[in-house]
Amino acid sequence: MGGGIRLASAAGLATYLPPDTSRAIESKTVTDPLLQLNGIKLAFGRLNVLKGVSFEIFPGEIVALVGDNGAGKSSLIKVITGVHRPTAGEIQFKGQRITLSSVKRSRELGIETVYQERALADQQELWRNVFVGRELTTAAGFLDIKKQKEETRRLLRDYMGFTSEVINVDSEVKGLSGGEKQGVAIARALYFNAELIILDEPTTGLALSEQRKVLNFIRNIRDKGKSAIFIDHNIFHVHDVADRFIILDKGQVAAQFTKAEISRDQLIDMMVELHQKGAIAS
Amino acid sequence: MTAQQFLSRNRIPVVVTAICALLFLVYIVGAPDTFLDSGIYAALMGTIAFSGILAVAATFIVTLGEIDLSFPSIMGLSAYVFAYLFSNEVNFLLCFLAAIAVGVVLGWLNGVIITKVGVPSIVLTIGTMFLWRGLIQVLVQGQAISLYEMDGTVWNSLMVGKIGGYLPAQFVWFVAIAVGLGLIYRKHRFGSHVLFVGDNAASARMVGIDTDMVKIKCFMLMGFMAAIAGLLSLAFNQSFFPSHGDSMLLPTLAAVFIGGTSVFGGKGTIWGTFMGVLIMGSLETGIVSLGLTGFWYQFIAGLTIVASVISYALLLKKVG
Repeated sequence: MGGGIRLASAAGLATYLPPDTSRAIESKTVTDPLLQLNGIKLAFGRLNVLKGVSFEIFPGEIVALVGDNGAGKSSLIKVITGVHRPTAGEIQFKGQRITLSSVKRSRELGIETVYQERALADQQELWRNVFVGRELTTAAGFLDIKKQKEETRRLLRDYMGFTSEVINVDSEVKGLSGGEKQGVAIARALYFNAELIILDEPTTGLALSEQRKVLNFIRNIRDKGKSAIFIDHNIFHVHDVADRFIILDKGQVAAQFTKAEISRDQLIDMMVELHQKGAIAS
Repeated sequence: MTAQQFLSRNRIPVVVTAICALLFLVYIVGAPDTFLDSGIYAALMGTIAFSGILAVAATFIVTLGEIDLSFPSIMGLSAYVFAYLFSNEVNFLLCFLAAIAVGVVLGWLNGVIITKVGVPSIVLTIGTMFLWRGLIQVLVQGQAISLYEMDGTVWNSLMVGKIGGYLPAQFVWFVAIAVGLGLIYRKHRFGSHVLFVGDNAASARMVGIDTDMVKIKCFMLMGFMAAIAGLLSLAFNQSFFPSHGDSMLLPTLAAVFIGGTSVFGGKGTIWGTFMGVLIMGSLETGIVSLGLTGFWYQFIAGLTIVASVISYALLLKKVG
């Protein structure tokens, strides 16, 4: 496991529910965190979506955000990717306090999101998709098409293990499977030196073989020494791929575990219990 | 690239080129006296240039998955501004720039209302089509403006003169614009952004493209080219009529769709549009030369449009 050198004393299952348990998790870090959220709050009018979320992401680790519908996972992701500005709290990236004012700004810093539906544009060639928004140009904004094709070939080979016989850079993206498209989007992020890749439900709606491909692409992020946050409703996938789990409930971090601290069944039990509590409360 | 790869990647442009070639073959075989004479080609080049310039710009709009129905009225209003100023003895260059400015601003206005207010382009541009045409009617009260003073000026020969006594200058402008915008469409960053916005706007936004700005710029381009087409046709006719540009709407859009640009956005070629312009622009002359009456024109034009869009739909289904 890459840089996930984080020692957390497990909060027992019996004690994970009180709101202050996140503070009960003592952590000692050897490496500096890549991303640090301190007391992030987000409100839409009187609706408090995030009520002071704090956690860290370390270099080279894959962190799963888990929680019931409405726990605030998507909102939190939108804060990290610059879609929503938090109402309160601070974000540090590589030790620097930052303001994420737009998707573009997050991307420049090295935080990139991969959405299943929005990963690539289907009718455009692969070489266009890889460089869109970050085109290699010659003079006056004209594309350096030759260079873009060469680099696309290199990216497919180095980051995905695809040879030009498997995928032609001149072909339209619609010929790729759902898993491959996300693979290209992940490879693209890595190629452009993203430090943190965020995946929102990357396996939802895909065939089993495609899900496996996507999970491998996510492992690839860690192999390249980069970090990832992913949201997935499938606890099997979450437990399989993630190094650490952050459990969100009603806009707060309810608990955090490393993979060694919690078994898949315990994680499932916990999610069910949270769901039932939520159901009773409402 | 092998010939086979070229064919498989350019199915639609190849098909539309074949249709166009076939059509001209029919003209030549059916009416050799007319179509083996160079005069007819000079005449055709002279008339198709105006809707050709419009169609090239409209290809950008359609590629976005949008539509503009107001360009004939923008063309008319720009031409009116020129005609009004010119007949009041304002310097030619000032008249020209004022007319261009009107086109660009009206295009910008379309783009801003569509993107920032959120009115669908088909709805808004029906409105602005009536609005600007209506404004022309109110301003000119049904009167035409004669511009015979333009005759014989350098400007006039630059715009619509005959190069070497044969080649119409407006056709040279059309080809230059088509080549320039064709390069931008396929090989420039802006063209790439237009394709992505039309294909998958959400994904374009994710990679940091300002999708609204791309759309606004395309509508400004449409307005600019409407003004250019308006001025060229004004110079060609040497008089302004309140209906100036009105007949351009459907042949222009038909040329874009015959050319294979997808109404769903994200896909098209300027080459296809160019072929579409040749097809639409030659049908009437061709039909009459073949000995049919002019009454057949709309019927055969309709047949051509329907047949080509059906074949593209089938091609895409088979491939895609």
